[in-house]
Amino acid sequence: MAEEGVKLYGFWLSPFSRRVELALKIKGVEYEYIEEDLQNKSPELLQYNPIHKKVPVLIHNGKVIVESQVILEYIDETWKENPIMPQDPYERAIARFWAKFIDEKFFPSFRKAILGGETEVEKVIEETKENLKILEKVLEGKNFFGGERIGFVDIVANTIAYWVFLFQEAAEKEILTEEFPILCNWKDKYINHNIIKETLPPKDKSVSFFRARFAQSKASS
Amino acid sequence: MTKVVVLLDFWLSPFGMRVRVALAEKGVEYEYREEDLGNKSQLLLQMNPVHKKIPVLIHNGKPICESLVIVQYIDETWKNKAPLLPSDPYQRAEARFWGDYIDKQIYSCGRRLWTTKGEEQEAAKKELIECFKVLEEHLGDRTYFGGDNLGFVDVALIPFYSWFYAFETCGNFKMEEWCPKIVSWAKTCMQRESVSKSLVDPLKVCHDFVLPRRKTLGLD
Repeated sequence: MAEEGVKLYGFWLSPFSRRVELALKIKGVEYEYIEEDLQNKSPELLQYNPIHKKVPVLIHNGKVIVESQVILEYIDETWKENPIMPQDPYERAIARFWAKFIDEKFFPSFRKAILGGETEVEKVIEETKENLKILEKVLEGKNFFGGERIGFVDIVANTIAYWVFLFQEAAEKEILTEEFPILCNWKDKYINHNIIKETLPPKDKSVSFFRARFAQSKASS
Repeated sequence: MTKVVVLLDFWLSPFGMRVRVALAEKGVEYEYREEDLGNKSQLLLQMNPVHKKIPVLIHNGKPICESLVIVQYIDETWKNKAPLLPSDPYQRAEARFWGDYIDKQIYSCGRRLWTTKGEEQEAAKKELIECFKVLEEHLGDRTYFGGDNLGFVDVALIPFYSWFYAFETCGNFKMEEWCPKIVSWAKTCMQRESVSKSLVDPLKVCHDFVLPRRKTLGLD
């Protein structure tokens, strides 16, 4: 039965909106999903997120929550079964630190490295590999970033487990390779996880989309 | 390290000031250590190997990095006094959203304003004022962003008040003209000891750091 008024505005290929879907599925919360055309944003989206004009947007009982990591914590605090965040304040601080690192340092450096066209692309690739080494160390000895089960950082790391590989295939360039065995091992578990795999967009359609997008940006630069 | 709580910081960092305010609100005793950012200590490099930046809070030997992560940690660890985040999940989400907005917009616009000149500086100034207007609208008629008491968003934003004079001097404008409610909010915050003792003298920020740095960069 659908929870009273849970709506998610998302985009099929956005890792940020897919994260929110993953969290809702982990919690067993039913929701109404509205697909946004990002080239032609709906008036509702612009009304709900006037500052950033982005997906995901979560509506719960008429309340609007935006920014994927903020939404994840909201979901965790509202539906308490199957906790996503650790309980201990120090562990929570560590989780928030790594989530920030993934979104603000790792993925932007990876995007730059994959798309190339930078005058110092070798430097950016090196930086990305350094970031990957850091993440390998964090995962060492653990099943998932969250420990035995997936947690906040794993959900945020959907970009690493899946979108990195979509980009790599579309750009025909590899950065996250077997050179990082711990991450690759984690990624295999991740994409085959029974709940997670339902939230991953179809590979071929995704790769084609990115291929076209990369070609377009090369053409216009 | 003899004290249980140590803060590695740099005097004019708005991020460091956030942590100082939060610790003061909670009445936590701590050891303040000033870092020379041109010659970072072994302790800093060891405690924040990923970013090598301040602030770093060290609690019982364990480091916490990233200012708003630290502020939440402080709030969750010393929870018997001065709650910074509300207890309602929706209000907490709202506070986190605005904390993130301040991080992404205010700091970078401010930095562009004082490190550039000409058209680029003009554009940065316009953007900065716009961001403060957005915050002003969000504040509305409330005393604090946290309502009746200083909260997470107040802590995230108030340190930039130390930088207003530097922004105004570089950009040749007055915050009070554009965002009077923000200025009066800041003055209200400054009446609290936790804030007035944690923030640094705006004149020092401008004359001892920003203007000399601009000269070095060849901007003035």
